[in-house]
Amino acid sequence: MERLHWVQHRCRQLLAGDSERGWYSAPNGLPNKNFLDRHSSPQRVSGKRRTVFARHGPHQQEYEAASKKYKGNAIRTTKYSLLTFLPMNLFQQFHRAANLYFLFLALLNWVPVVEAFQKEITMIPLVVVLTVIAIKDALEDYRRYLFDKKVNNNVVRVFCSKQKTYVQKCWKDVQVGDFVRLSSNEIIPADLLLLYSSDPRGVCYIETSNLDGETNLKQRQVVSDLPFQGAELTLENFRSRIECENPNNDLSRFRGYMEHPNGVRVGLHNSNLLLRSCTIRNTETVVGIVVYAGHETKAMMNNSGPRYKRSQLEKRLNTDVLWCVVLLIVMCLTAAVGHGLWMKNLKDPIFQVDGETSPALAGFYVFWTMIIVLQVLIPISLYVSIEIVKLGQIYFIHNDLALYNEQLDSRIQCRALNITEDLGQIQYLFSDKTGTLTENKMVFRRCSIFGVEYPHEENARRLEVYEAEKTEAGGRSVTLKSGCSGKSLSCRSLSCNRSSVSLHTLTDEAEEEEEDQLTNHIQRKTSAFCSRVAREVVPDPMLVRKLNWLRSPVLTLSDGSSGTPSSLELTYITDFFLALAMCNSVVVSSPSQPRHQVPEARTPLKSLEEIKLMFQRFSFSPFSTLSPPQIRGSPHSFTSRLFARGKTGSFTFPTPPDNTTGRSEPGLEDQLETSKLDSLSRAEGKDAGGMEEREDGTTENTKMSPDERDYDDELLYEAESPDEAALVHAAQAYRCTLRGRSAESLLVDLPGIGSLVVQLLHILPFDSNRKRMSVVIRHPLSGQVVVYTKGADSVIMDLTETPKGADHAQEIYGHIREQTQKHLDSYARDGLRTLCIAKKVLEEEEYEVWLKRQLLAESSIENREELLLESAQRLETHLTLLGTTGILDRLQEEVPETIEALQRAGIKVWVLTGDKKETAINIAYACKLLRPNDQLLTASCGSKEACAALLQQLRLEVQHGEDSLTTGAGNHGKSSSDCGTGFVLVTDGCTLDWALQEDLKNDFVVLSCKCKAVICCRSTPLQKSQVVQLIRDQLGVMALAVGDGANDVSMIQVADVGIGISGQEGMQAVMSSDFAVSRFKHLRKLLLVHGRWCYSRLANMILYFIYKNVMYVNLLFWYQFFCGFSGSVMTNSWVLIFFNLLFTSVPPLIYGVLDRDTPADTLMELPELYQDTQSSKVYIPSMFWFTVLDAFYQSLVCFFVPYFAYAGSDVGDLSFGSPINASALLIILLHQVIESHTLTWIHVLVLVFSSSFYFGFVLLFSVICVTCSPPTNPLGVETLQMSQPLFYIVCALTTVTALLPRLLFRALHNTLHSSAALKSAQMDKEDSERYRRRMQCWNLKHSPANRVPVCVDNPDLEPNSASVMS
Amino acid sequence: MGKVKEKPGPLARRPDNSAFKQQRLPAWSPMLTANTVLPFFYLMALICLLLGVWLLLTVQSTHEIKKDYTDLGTCQLCHEMRKDVSNANKPCSCRVDIPVEKALKGDVFIYYGLRNFHQNLRRYMDSRDDGQMLGRQNKLKDPSTYCMPFRKDKDGRPIAPCGAVANSMFNDTFILKYHGRSGPEVVPLLRTGITWYTDKNVKYRNPKTQENFTLAQEFNGTAKPPFWGKPVYELDEHNPINNGFINEALIVWMREAAFPNFKKLYGVLHRAQKPFINGLPVGNYSVEISYNFPVQYFRGRKEVVLTTLTWFGGQNHFLPIAYLVTSSLIFLMAVGLTVVWWKYGKGGKNMKA
Repeated sequence: MERLHWVQHRCRQLLAGDSERGWYSAPNGLPNKNFLDRHSSPQRVSGKRRTVFARHGPHQQEYEAASKKYKGNAIRTTKYSLLTFLPMNLFQQFHRAANLYFLFLALLNWVPVVEAFQKEITMIPLVVVLTVIAIKDALEDYRRYLFDKKVNNNVVRVFCSKQKTYVQKCWKDVQVGDFVRLSSNEIIPADLLLLYSSDPRGVCYIETSNLDGETNLKQRQVVSDLPFQGAELTLENFRSRIECENPNNDLSRFRGYMEHPNGVRVGLHNSNLLLRSCTIRNTETVVGIVVYAGHETKAMMNNSGPRYKRSQLEKRLNTDVLWCVVLLIVMCLTAAVGHGLWMKNLKDPIFQVDGETSPALAGFYVFWTMIIVLQVLIPISLYVSIEIVKLGQIYFIHNDLALYNEQLDSRIQCRALNITEDLGQIQYLFSDKTGTLTENKMVFRRCSIFGVEYPHEENARRLEVYEAEKTEAGGRSVTLKSGCSGKSLSCRSLSCNRSSVSLHTLTDEAEEEEEDQLTNHIQRKTSAFCSRVAREVVPDPMLVRKLNWLRSPVLTLSDGSSGTPSSLELTYITDFFLALAMCNSVVVSSPSQPRHQVPEARTPLKSLEEIKLMFQRFSFSPFSTLSPPQIRGSPHSFTSRLFARGKTGSFTFPTPPDNTTGRSEPGLEDQLETSKLDSLSRAEGKDAGGMEEREDGTTENTKMSPDERDYDDELLYEAESPDEAALVHAAQAYRCTLRGRSAESLLVDLPGIGSLVVQLLHILPFDSNRKRMSVVIRHPLSGQVVVYTKGADSVIMDLTETPKGADHAQEIYGHIREQTQKHLDSYARDGLRTLCIAKKVLEEEEYEVWLKRQLLAESSIENREELLLESAQRLETHLTLLGTTGILDRLQEEVPETIEALQRAGIKVWVLTGDKKETAINIAYACKLLRPNDQLLTASCGSKEACAALLQQLRLEVQHGEDSLTTGAGNHGKSSSDCGTGFVLVTDGCTLDWALQEDLKNDFVVLSCKCKAVICCRSTPLQKSQVVQLIRDQLGVMALAVGDGANDVSMIQVADVGIGISGQEGMQAVMSSDFAVSRFKHLRKLLLVHGRWCYSRLANMILYFIYKNVMYVNLLFWYQFFCGFSGSVMTNSWVLIFFNLLFTSVPPLIYGVLDRDTPADTLMELPELYQDTQSSKVYIPSMFWFTVLDAFYQSLVCFFVPYFAYAGSDVGDLSFGSPINASALLIILLHQVIESHTLTWIHVLVLVFSSSFYFGFVLLFSVICVTCSPPTNPLGVETLQMSQPLFYIVCALTTVTALLPRLLFRALHNTLHSSAALKSAQMDKEDSERYRRRMQCWNLKHSPANRVPVCVDNPDLEPNSASVMS
Repeated sequence: MGKVKEKPGPLARRPDNSAFKQQRLPAWSPMLTANTVLPFFYLMALICLLLGVWLLLTVQSTHEIKKDYTDLGTCQLCHEMRKDVSNANKPCSCRVDIPVEKALKGDVFIYYGLRNFHQNLRRYMDSRDDGQMLGRQNKLKDPSTYCMPFRKDKDGRPIAPCGAVANSMFNDTFILKYHGRSGPEVVPLLRTGITWYTDKNVKYRNPKTQENFTLAQEFNGTAKPPFWGKPVYELDEHNPINNGFINEALIVWMREAAFPNFKKLYGVLHRAQKPFINGLPVGNYSVEISYNFPVQYFRGRKEVVLTTLTWFGGQNHFLPIAYLVTSSLIFLMAVGLTVVWWKYGKGGKNMKA
């Protein structure tokens, strides 16, 4: 199993590598690209066809002719090759406007009349930018190349006609028409048509998690009616011709036919196709013929390139860059006009070089010259810097320990590199529920059978003990434990659960063994829904005892007493567990044996007569007909006991007691009591750690042989849904073990009875309309045809009905229903997923009648689905309710805290789930999305009109509620937003459908705006994305979507920031996400800390960058007033270009990567601080203009102080520039020191490096540059300047004066403002805490008036669960 | 993104718990509040004040005498004459009287000043060839295209030195006379030693082809700039080694001034003999000017400047005043901030604690 896991893991890695993003599929008609494409061009793939022959078969010529042009299996995802890199990369880079701008400037400088610098110098920025990006591209491409190479060189066994056997070949050498043989757990190298499977039924299981993220196994069928069915040796004689459609990216469709030599055509379906990059499971060997290879496979065709998202900040930045352009043009125009005017007043002066040019023309030339001179004003290098900064930010996010999951050994994956700062601006969070908020690990928690609740206290405690141990073991990870003081046990277990153990956990081995003997020697593995927590269920002692009565000798003695379970109850219990074990589609396998084989039936322990008798006697009246039971086995010592029971076991149906231990007849009480006390004392004597002893006790009682237990533990269940697995495991815990499954039979162990082969007549699979599934079996004991149904409580409770007949029985049954309903409600309150189990016994004749119709439905071609549905519905009536189960889908750890923090941070959290309303609401309660004070608005309606009316009504309701709240809150002198109360809208799928329509969506948006949170249940993937899109577009807000499964992909793609949770459901959500985390709680730090940091860092860096450019460029601009606007500069052009490119480029980068405006701890503790960045307080237009203004001021000072200091002297042009440049550098660097919130040694190092780089460069330049920079050679300028005290006097004055206002502003701001904000935040915290408490009290008093949930057209919502809300 | 080291073990992908990667580097947060800024402000005010006072005292000790002679006295005639381009080659000289009321002690520098002469025009500045001035033969014969339109004369001979900068060289000459008790006496001026060391010794060299060639021979085949009266190798008649590209007047001129109003060093008082050993004594002085440079085209002015220098340059009152003003500004800010801090900000201390 380890290997399997490893392969899976590696495959994911591989695929994650070679497809940056975009592995998505349309398994359920997801509204992704395929879906849309299909609509826009429905006939896209029709027309040409593909013909495939066996490559080494007899049809060599045809093969050559037909298959030559098909692509091989080698893939190449790289963009460039070694040769084409330079031209292609350059071509691609010049698609960017920024680079074109540089190119334009460089070219402009080649026009002699406008030439500003030496021709080469203007090339430098362009060359630098191009080089940096080219290096980045090259590295990325190289990585892709390596991944390709790795994938291409995977080895697979391909049939070779010469050697008449399979030989090892690389993936890349596989051709269309090759026969490929694969074993279990191998990855499929190309799209194969399944020709042979070692499975006798010709099926093969594949896991498509690499493709669509679903970990459940999918069944694929061998092409039907193959002449060589089952014989894989005749491959060289494979003469059939395969016709299929041309390659397309539709994963769910494959059509074609196979024409055999005899002209018979066999249709090919999607179920015959094995898709590339899926994994073979549970099947020993398969053979297939390659139909699509390499880039033509469906998986590769679904592999679209990475998505480029533009961040909000960048959009804002673009407008500011446009302002910079305006500024530049204004400056250039000023210079042009100035030059023209200046020229006009001169007549042929001696210094005029080309006097004949007219002033207007000269002005025009100067305009362009000035554009070259002032080019740095447009912060093009800013874009490169932003990219580098984001890389740095992502590096830190990636390396954050708090975002590392030790159990899974996974870090956060940053898939989108350019939207880090969007994390700081999220206003709406759309979350999936299952797997995102919860672990998607279903654990059987409790059940109710025969109207008797079995609370499974030990089970609950186990979950907690387990939890505690986990915490101890995982003590390294810093986690904030919830201080949730839940009302009930289940609440606590819900909110505090940590994740389960997986492969890599370092839990103390010994402790684990102690904890659970049952599973201590299981090879631990992580397979589909087989987590350890799910597998271990500690049986309820009461239930165990009742089950034991079935076989323990005590039973005979205690018989007749009303304290013992009645025989009826026992049959209920047995039936209940049989249903759990059988009513599912779980695939059983064990790692030691080849998977998927039904193990031999073992000798049953009980004689068939006994059991038959029992079931006959205790079943309801119509249960009388018998057919030979399907039991093999020999009688055993239990016979006597059972007969004894049969005689004494009364038909007196005791009313199921509320308290099962309550009533016992005095006669036999003593014995019973002692045994009870015995077990109880054992149970209580040792609390958590001691439970296994009782387990031992039970084992002793049942006399289970050790080898049997071993055998038990080896079983591995692979279920389609985690619920199923949980139920099967629960049944297993009660020794009712599903041992194997074949097409016609099930092998089930029964407690005290042994293995039974149960004849499986039908499976009516789960569908979302019926909301239930059923199995029809022939009961192994009674031989009757029995239907076991498992489904949603709302459905089953309607279908079950009181059996007619004896009043007594009716009374009992009514009581059971009543009790069960009560338990159901209480389960729902505790946030458990409930499933009802029901049973129906069919008369033979009845069954025959139904069977005919069913067969008819199965064989019909037209509207087969409807007929099947109808048939199923016909069967699933008059059910007998057996009981109900409560399954715990545990919340991930720290979810409530995270949601609370996010809400405090001003993020509106929406939950979009496919689950039913009750579950969704319960989870919402558990994760504190819903608070006890909140008012629940339920929207559920059947028509558009009703929906419109409902939305209107709800709005009024909200309005009313707000009014009353404000008046109510007014007494307390606080606004309603402060208190914990709010409105929470709960809507279901079809209401959402109406609400999303054009004319209603505004109402919906308005309504949802007023709500604190919105829960959409029963929503489809399409709806999820529509909701996200609606809110995003209508409100213009930043939306974040987080999900874990394939159904969240569309939502994730639509949102501004998509986050995938890499959890149970594979990689699809991760593949389409921008960031992938392993836990929901990571969002807290990701958003509150990293988001805010990234945003403020980037915003500050951009502002700083703009400041820097404006400030420096203005120095050049001011000079124009003294040089006749001729475009000359007082600086050597090298220094001018390098100033921006080298001397002052690194500090802003460091600033953008390392600055921390607020410590992480503060941000985590005060989520309210997030609102600063959320409302983009840092980077707003006024800040931009403020910055520009400051830059203007500083440049004025920086220019005019030296100007006046040198005015009228004999200072040379370059000598004048020298102190200006030096002080500009100092100002710019010190400005950053003032602006940055933290300074580390790295900052200091970089600042020192920058300034020494500048001074070093200019000094060296002035020493060695004699003719290197014609016509303005700086030889001797700087050395001379820096030897004069005037230089330093000027620089000092300039720097101090320029920075003075900013310094004063900061000091004032910090003295007055920031501390106040911090203080108020802290006060707020204490205050709101106090206020919340007060508000709660107040609400309790005034609640009834305010909190009547609105239920319109909503029969689904039980009044009970509504009252729960309040 | 970060390469994951292939560490063995279950936590192979765990990020390093280093201060850098976890962004927990010890950092100094420059929280600029009144508390931290105020002492700095007061200190800065004090320093600026002291510096300002010191500079003011220094500046007070300098003397500067300026005389605009563009159309002063007898120069009026020359000024009118130069308005006509056809008279360009006719000599004209005039005399300007300069009374010195306070002795100029120490080194006295004589400048010529030009107003409204834009030596910092882009095209003008570029119109030169440093390679030629460095004495490179190929450049001498084939000057850089930057020199256009003063690259070659009408006959196609290369101009040496080429370009507009050299062409427009200031060519008035001054003879400073001291009218002392013993009659008019020429004040000895040093016309060398007025350039930067690097310019004289590195940046400007005369072409050298053969050992025994005279300077005129070296420049054979080149033309003088059109505006010039004399070729480059005859610029200084009195000092033969001060000719060619290393003529110091030329070098001074070639360093383009930053502003349209500028002065350039003409010479330094030669303090070798009485009465000029300690500088210029009080008395009447006159300057005899050979008036060649036309300024009327750009409405410029010409002036002659006699000045002494201090350690930070000539007479310029801006810096001391600027320092004093800055000092008072800082002080005012500091006081304001103190008031604000006193009124509102003091609570902040408690909160921090």
